Amino acid sequence: MSLTVEGLSYSYGAKRALDDLSLEAVPGRFTALLGPNGAGKSTLFGLLTRLFTAPVGRIVIAGQDMGQAPRAALARMGIVFQSQTLDLDLTVRQNLVYFAALHGLSGRAARLRIDAALERLAMRERAGEKARALNGGHRRRAEIARALIHDPAVLLLDEPTVGLDAQARAAITDHVHDLASDGMTVLWATHLTDEVRREDDLLLLHRGRLLASGRASALTEGEALQDWFLARTGEPA
Amino acid sequence: MTRWTPAFVAILTREALRFVHQRERFLAALVRPLVWLLVFAAGFRAALGLSITPPYQTYITYETYIVPGLCGMILLFNGMQSSLSLVYDRETGSMRLLLTAPLPRWFLLISKLCAATFIGCLQCYAFLAVAWMFDITLPWIGYLALLPALLLAGLMLGALGLALSSFIKQLENFAGVMNFVIFPMFFLSSALYPLWKMAESSELLHDVCAANPFTHAVELIRFAAYGQLAPWALLWVVLATAVFLALALWGYDPARGMVRRKG
Repeated sequence: MSLTVEGLSYSYGAKRALDDLSLEAVPGRFTALLGPNGAGKSTLFGLLTRLFTAPVGRIVIAGQDMGQAPRAALARMGIVFQSQTLDLDLTVRQNLVYFAALHGLSGRAARLRIDAALERLAMRERAGEKARALNGGHRRRAEIARALIHDPAVLLLDEPTVGLDAQARAAITDHVHDLASDGMTVLWATHLTDEVRREDDLLLLHRGRLLASGRASALTEGEALQDWFLARTGEPA
Repeated sequence: MTRWTPAFVAILTREALRFVHQRERFLAALVRPLVWLLVFAAGFRAALGLSITPPYQTYITYETYIVPGLCGMILLFNGMQSSLSLVYDRETGSMRLLLTAPLPRWFLLISKLCAATFIGCLQCYAFLAVAWMFDITLPWIGYLALLPALLLAGLMLGALGLALSSFIKQLENFAGVMNFVIFPMFFLSSALYPLWKMAESSELLHDVCAANPFTHAVELIRFAAYGQLAPWALLWVVLATAVFLALALWGYDPARGMVRRKG
């Protein structure tokens, strides 16, 4: 139940954002998509989530081809967007109920899944609070819980720790590593090297191309990831 | 279809909750037409003589004349406001959440449109209730017959807003467009003055007003308010709704990349 991208290209007018990109993220692994700002991460996420479509290339989510069966592919995917997408005037539970309904879940089935997702992210006691009352870290956890309600095979996270303090960042990173350990396919886009562990799978994206892919420890060969990253992208992380 | 029903209900509920949470939006929606009705119309009554034209069968006051137009105004503002919220949603991200649901995009957008129309109709009835307190009333059958007319007019104006929102890249651009849409649509229509009155001053303006879909939405509402059907207005409204909706769906087509963003 992996995520596969084959020969994906995308341009904004004359500017090429993704250039013949192929990559894979597999179940049970935390795959970090590392790249500096402007590398094409958000464009890739837009295409993976079908906010827009590419004329060239193929995306397969848990065996479902995004071009041929977009709804089946989207149904197998949980998404955490870079920008905050909770309705701040609603409670955490109301936000999750809304999302569950968008995935065709209602009533008792939805309630059970929402409780399980909140429990998994240690957010159950916050269910009745307005999203506005939560701090940034808890809002993110609520969004991750929301992305898990429909039991997706693949979880996509687009720079989910943007704007969070160090403690919240570490907590979110730990939670998502745990999800990968439980067998989920996780693709985590970031430009922060300290979110990547040595045992993670690493995809290095730069100027729309994949510069390197493999186990982080094998790629860096003992070098600090930050230095390795800078040496290849020539830009500060 | 079983997956679609909860989604439709959820989108409707969310729009209603959002409206309830924005009390100032409800007040503004109510106060705006009431100012027109109770202040503007009172001043205008003396200046404007109205002859008896269908659907009216007797002399009417100016206040009575502009009630359907003000219902149209409520729907116009509501349609534009909900499309404004779509642009805002797109910038904040909650539109992404909606568009990545495993449902056809046309269904999601039409659900959103229906939700906004439902809110618009509620506002219209709230306005009519206040107007009734000021003794500006419709025949009883009119209050019932109005509902389908309000729904259709609301769908048309909502679809226009949806189409506009798909072509507007940023929130800042929206205010300008609104000035070029709301005001011309409202003033170049039969909402405030009958078309024959407009023809007295300018044939050209009369023709522009006659081609304005908003005029037909107002006339549809006006006739319905007296338990009558205006077939020509109905046809116009249905056609305009189809065109605006087609434009909106095209605008939100993922292959067009409207929601894309550089990164």
